[in-house]
Amino acid sequence: MFKCKTSAEVGGMGHSVKRKEDARFLHGKGNYVDDVKLPGMLTMVMVRSPYAYAKIKSIKKDKALAIPGVLAVITGEDLAQYNLHWMPTLLSDTQMVLPTDTVMHQSQEVCAVIATDRYVAVDGAEAVEVDYEPMQAIVDPYKALDEDAPLLRPDKEGQKDNQIYHWERGDRAKTDAVIANADVVVKERIYLPRIHVASIETCGCVASYDKDTQKLLVYLTTQAPHAIRTVVALVAGHVGLSEEKIRIISPDIGGGFGGKVPVYPAYVVAIAASFLIGKPVKWIEDRSENLVNGFARDYHMDCELAATKDGKIQAFKVSTLADHGYTDSSANPSKYPTGMFSICTGSYDYEHAFAELDAVYTNKAPGGVAYRCSFRVTEAVHAIERMVDKLAAKIDKDPALLRLENFIKKEQFPYDSPLGWSYDSGDYEATLKKAMDMVGYDDYKKEQAEKRKEGKLMGIGLCTFTEVVGAGPSKDFDILGIAMFDSAEIRVHPTGKAMARFGTKSQGQGHETTYAQILAEELGIPYTDIEIEEGDTDTAPYGLGTYASRSTPTAGAAAAIAARKLKDKGKKIAAHLLEVSEEDIEWEVGKYFVKGAPEKSKTIQDVAFAAYTNIPPGMEPGFEATHYYDPPNLTFPNGAYICVVEVEQETGAIDVKRFVAIDDCGNIINPMIVEGQVHGGLTQGIAPAMYEGIEYDDEGNVLNGTLMDYLVPTAVESPHWETGHTITPSPHHPLGAKGVAESPTVGAPPAIANAIIDALSPLGIEHLDIPITPAKVWEAIQAHT
Amino acid sequence: MKHEITVTINGESVTAEVDSRLLLVHFIRENLDLTGTHIGCDTSNCGACTILLDGKSVKSCTYLAVRADGAEITTIEGVAAEGTNHPLQQAFHDQHGLHCGFCTPGMIMRSLDLLKNNPDPSEEEIRWGISGNLCRCTGYNNIVKSVQQAAKEMQNQSETV
Ligand code: FES
Ligand code: FES
Repeated sequence: MFKCKTSAEVGGMGHSVKRKEDARFLHGKGNYVDDVKLPGMLTMVMVRSPYAYAKIKSIKKDKALAIPGVLAVITGEDLAQYNLHWMPTLLSDTQMVLPTDTVMHQSQEVCAVIATDRYVAVDGAEAVEVDYEPMQAIVDPYKALDEDAPLLRPDKEGQKDNQIYHWERGDRAKTDAVIANADVVVKERIYLPRIHVASIETCGCVASYDKDTQKLLVYLTTQAPHAIRTVVALVAGHVGLSEEKIRIISPDIGGGFGGKVPVYPAYVVAIAASFLIGKPVKWIEDRSENLVNGFARDYHMDCELAATKDGKIQAFKVSTLADHGYTDSSANPSKYPTGMFSICTGSYDYEHAFAELDAVYTNKAPGGVAYRCSFRVTEAVHAIERMVDKLAAKIDKDPALLRLENFIKKEQFPYDSPLGWSYDSGDYEATLKKAMDMVGYDDYKKEQAEKRKEGKLMGIGLCTFTEVVGAGPSKDFDILGIAMFDSAEIRVHPTGKAMARFGTKSQGQGHETTYAQILAEELGIPYTDIEIEEGDTDTAPYGLGTYASRSTPTAGAAAAIAARKLKDKGKKIAAHLLEVSEEDIEWEVGKYFVKGAPEKSKTIQDVAFAAYTNIPPGMEPGFEATHYYDPPNLTFPNGAYICVVEVEQETGAIDVKRFVAIDDCGNIINPMIVEGQVHGGLTQGIAPAMYEGIEYDDEGNVLNGTLMDYLVPTAVESPHWETGHTITPSPHHPLGAKGVAESPTVGAPPAIANAIIDALSPLGIEHLDIPITPAKVWEAIQAHT
Repeated sequence: MKHEITVTINGESVTAEVDSRLLLVHFIRENLDLTGTHIGCDTSNCGACTILLDGKSVKSCTYLAVRADGAEITTIEGVAAEGTNHPLQQAFHDQHGLHCGFCTPGMIMRSLDLLKNNPDPSEEEIRWGISGNLCRCTGYNNIVKSVQQAAKEMQNQSETV
């Protein structure tokens, strides 16, 4: 277990100190984007397409412009004059800002109405007359590849069909050969539906261009303010917005979960509107606009898992069809179009694997948001964890035992996975055993056997996942060419208090507390004496932002190393103050002392003061340090989750009785915050497992685009979560930490699906796709009884 | 059409001219600049906009400002004197009952009403009691704990009074 090196007052690593950021939120003093009010500010509302695929024959603005208070209606034609009607996506595809002739999905932005007040802007949007000529939408991604399917993206040079790309990794021939000769092969087509992050705060911005200074200030709900600044400069450089004149402020963010990484068209329109009108323009997304635009998942995965007859896994193959909507707007690292999907070989030791993927266009909203996972890890884990359970069922072996027999062993780390990752550390067996003990696995097994005799449906589901987070080493990881390092800049003031700034951006993760704790750990300055700032590109050092559990692995490491630079400088100052040579100085948390004479010491605060007042000859004054951290590898958090359910045969109702989550995220900075992150992620895991999924009809209409029918779990649906830890530090991270917040979103859905399917297995049900709703269960029961 | 309304908001009387269609939540946020009350949906599902109106929790996005004429309103800004914490605010802090904080004002306003009507709720009653408020961050465990802590503290306070 991790031992705290600092006192509770200093509050370094391992202390569950209360959060520094809470006060403003608890008193209604947070500053979210919709709270920003600038003088003369106008409001923008988008007119959106009712059709999934249609030609635009005309857009008539007159009636809207006749409404007092409506100042402008901006169309694609208007933007085309500035060549701003298209923009690049983060994955080198292209996306319309506003259309000039065709709409490609329902609810696509068609034009924007700018008015003095939001009610008037909505009136204006109602009054805009758009004449559409609807066309037959392609909704089914399999049909998108039919020979006679219409070409959805004729605008793209060389595009002959609706395939975006083909990707593959691993050895197809060898994997096929092993599968062909294996004792046992289990197969399944697994679908992970479209879902939405549905953060309680939607997206929005306030763009403010000053024609005199030519400066653009944008308050924006973004998880990656610096990257956005660069994107804006790249997209709009030709109209005179150059990067030094652009300031992006990411204010308090009401939940991100990946949904606030992409650049949405309305952001660009708001910037253009402010640029043209010269006044601040605010755009706040409605909930319905939010749920219907942008998505995560939508992977159809054909899986095959091969094993010996006693259950030694030999090979895994997965062929995926990915529905990207009308453009690939995934925010993935550029060399990883499918993200880290190749982590799909899981926590098990075997040699052969092959993964391939075809991405296609359809008439749906674009996306590919990495929803609370490190780019497609959720999909990968769902595939392998469902298949491992299917194998266990097929050979009639306890799924826990099957996992224990196939795990990569503790001593095999660093472990090279069949698809090319180097797992840093883990003790999978210990983690699973802890989960089994905590839930009382053996007792539940007995209870299940009893219940089955009585004809009752009870299921126990496991998931033992390995994640890959903390992108990433610059040799492999970049977004639009920018290496995925992250940064920290520390200033220790003369009085020994400090301020630190980061290239990341918290959306509720508690960075103002955890980063202060990292610095407290390294410098011995109490965490309460350290202010943390993020999100303002004019002041924070450049970084790629917060998503993919990368803050602790990258910026957290940067903080530790920047602090160590300061400590080195402090040692020289201490030697000067204590009149000994540097070699005679030793460090213990918060103070330097003379070797063998601990009574002769100087605190870090004394040293900080001296850095400004009594500087050793020849030394640069001041006590500041910056570090840009380029990680040598990713980190591989892992966990073992166990879910126990009961299913009512008559109604299909599912009751989650227990859910135990044991996570191993390496060394822990703040156990309270880690536990909170795990709770939240688990609820976001039960959501797609049992409730959420964006549904379309054959015309491409979204059937559940409001919170009335897109079922975000409440406190009633959310079980009482039980959590715990094992700790296997990352060997390459300066703090031994790994990142945690996404593990539960990744690990919970397969554990829940496995539990429900296990409950139904006596009826002969072998698989159900998520969301597994009571209706779906009821239908399956009817079909099998 | 404009109407004159008078409301008492966090103890202060305010008179204003409002459009008939103005929602109470916009009146609070935009006319009164009390931005602690949030907006998270357009279908009355999320509860981010919850306030107390004549002592009862109300989703202010589903209430016209004109209808609030004569009412007494409390928002998150008014639950405790400046610089102090109401037991619910203290409990959300102590129990880590908030992450991004966006749902928090609504959760606290709803919990105030809940505890007024049921000073000693069970876990089940708390979960049902806040089921009109969505939180996407916390997984609710710690919100439940926060309400439990506040319930205890408020009972202690009322016993000592
Ligand atoms: S804003 Fe969602 S219920 Fe009022
Ligand atoms: S704390 Fe973010 S929505 Fe509840």
